Amino acid sequence: MYRYDEFDAAFVHQRVEQFRDQVARRLNGSLSEDEFRPLRLMNGLYLQLHAYMLRVAIPYGTLSSRQLRALAEIARRYDKGYGHFTTRQNIQFNWPALADIPDILLALANVEMHAIQTSGNCIRNVTADAFAGAAADEIEDPRVTCEIIRQWSTLHPEFSFLPRKFKIAVTGAPTDRAAVAVHDIGLKIVRNDAGEVGFEVAVGGGQGRTPMIAKVVRSFLPRRYLLSYLEAVLRVYNQLGRRDNLYKARIKILVHEVGTETLTQMIEDEWALIKDGPVELPAGEQERIGRYFAPPPFANLPAEAPGYEAERRRNEAFAAWTRTNVEAHWQQGYAIVTLSLKPAGGVPGDATAEQMDAIADLADRYSFSEIRVSHHQNLILAHVPRADLPDLWRALVALGLATANIGRVSDIIACPGLDFCSLANARSIPVAQRLSERFRDLDRAHDIGELRLNISGCINACGHHHVGHIGILGVDKKGEEFYQITLGGSSAEDAALGALVGPAFAADQVVDAVETIIETYRTHRRNGERFLDTYRRVGLAPFKESLYATA
Amino acid sequence: MPLLKSGSLVDDPWISLADGEPLPAQGAIIVSLKRWRDERADLIARTNGLGVCLAAADPAAAVAADLPLLALIALEFPTFRDGRAYSTARLLRERFGFKGELRAVGNVLRDQLLFMHRCGFDAFEVKDAAAVDEWKQAMSEISVFYQTAADSRATAIQLRQQRRSQS
Repeated sequence: MYRYDEFDAAFVHQRVEQFRDQVARRLNGSLSEDEFRPLRLMNGLYLQLHAYMLRVAIPYGTLSSRQLRALAEIARRYDKGYGHFTTRQNIQFNWPALADIPDILLALANVEMHAIQTSGNCIRNVTADAFAGAAADEIEDPRVTCEIIRQWSTLHPEFSFLPRKFKIAVTGAPTDRAAVAVHDIGLKIVRNDAGEVGFEVAVGGGQGRTPMIAKVVRSFLPRRYLLSYLEAVLRVYNQLGRRDNLYKARIKILVHEVGTETLTQMIEDEWALIKDGPVELPAGEQERIGRYFAPPPFANLPAEAPGYEAERRRNEAFAAWTRTNVEAHWQQGYAIVTLSLKPAGGVPGDATAEQMDAIADLADRYSFSEIRVSHHQNLILAHVPRADLPDLWRALVALGLATANIGRVSDIIACPGLDFCSLANARSIPVAQRLSERFRDLDRAHDIGELRLNISGCINACGHHHVGHIGILGVDKKGEEFYQITLGGSSAEDAALGALVGPAFAADQVVDAVETIIETYRTHRRNGERFLDTYRRVGLAPFKESLYATA
Repeated sequence: MPLLKSGSLVDDPWISLADGEPLPAQGAIIVSLKRWRDERADLIARTNGLGVCLAAADPAAAVAADLPLLALIALEFPTFRDGRAYSTARLLRERFGFKGELRAVGNVLRDQLLFMHRCGFDAFEVKDAAAVDEWKQAMSEISVFYQTAADSRATAIQLRQQRRSQS
């Protein structure tokens, strides 16, 4: 993984001291909260319902075991002993004291981390496929591209006061595990007919109150033009994006209002003037960064791991876990393992300091000291020898991290909701907890099959409800929490926005409603169809019928 | 408004004229883009300095052809959150080659000075004299830059490249 050189290290330490001064000015009263707000937001510090919240960047979701231990230590020392992994592959601490923030940032800087650009109307932390460098279907490791973008976008002097926040995601594989279609810019690494590697560039995806799927503005961008093309997109957006209405300020609205064709032309015109200019990476820099993402020193392992196969035959719980939580690795003899942060009744994405420390140890032992964060709010050990899977599984069971539910109904994405967030209309976490309790029977969950259930506590859609196969949106009706349900969304390569099934449900009805939807699917499905495919075939009607007919 | 240039407060020799305000007989003036367009011939006929103030929505291209006639361009930040003038500044400097004074006016805050300077601004209308110290700090607290802009600061990438070619 990437390691800071002297420039990167100097930079993050300078930022810590800069913010230390700003916090001191706030604490002694020389800065008002109003004046302090934009400064703290540039360092990922929010003021929530009950306390400050610090959002720490985990660039493209890759952590070393040393970094994860540092996060555990921060959770223990400055928070309440846990952290919350988010859909943007970041981690949030919910209870830090303002006076401690500079020391927390210093602890982060010491392990090559920061909280820069995790908030504000700037280019946010760039996200990637959590299986980067490991997935069997990958064309190229997307993290090289992400790190190039991370550096280019860091304190960009022209693009730090955009109309609105700006999110970029990169996938290096045809299977989209990075939700690129719902990002301001989604980059898909592709190969052209000549065999050259480049990007398909899509612009204007996003969720929030006006969800949109990104439109392809360039089907093949040669790799060497990455930065000039991004600069062209950002410059067009910075100049023309709406600034009169917060809710119409994202680039998706600009795409919608001027049209994909016109916007594409504007980007191409701007790009023609800057390509091959000083913004492009000089020779050698891409290779320098690329070397950090070279594959770890894999052993030459046999394809078969007899101990693993034997354990699968005699241990049904282990076998079930391997079916949902273990994925194919491109390197023979290795596997990708997802650690579920979605135990029955748990808070999706939360991990305790003790769990983080233990996961760091397991990463050292089984996966080249590297951990990934997925946008589904789980953690991943990307390079595990198949022969070690039984031992790893036993260790994870003891830690409560082996729930065999990845991609199943209880693998729920949920935002913090009204329990923490000052924007929320309704609580998300208790709904997620009750749903995961209701569907805790894993045999039933496996029979239901692949299902993405996403919950947001307000229309800002941090819980990705628009792209859940089943999406739940908390709304406020005269002071009471209600939940709207949408069906048919997807954030994968078959990206789609969900459709509203009908009137909202009260908090005490929503779990039953989800169960009714799932039973309706089980009645209608054919030949092992996924929920999403059944929905696409039969439409909303049978679900409406079963949900509302008796009312 | 105090004017900050090269790290010091300086006397501002320029007069900002509102639209409709009579032209003074003498002295350098700054007018709006509209007035520049409406009274172009009269303004060029004056022998003193001429500057145009662009609102945040005015594109750099609106004055690109006139740059030889202009000694100053002021770019307005209606609020510090409105970042359009950063693009305008870079385009004036880097694309259109403007060499005159590029002045930041409006909601110009200490924590944006470095970004402005990197985008090519060299004069800043500031709130008060405290800006001198703030400027010093803003110019010194960060020394690593990750992207090329309109300034002459070496980027981390360039420094890495230098090091590679030396080793």
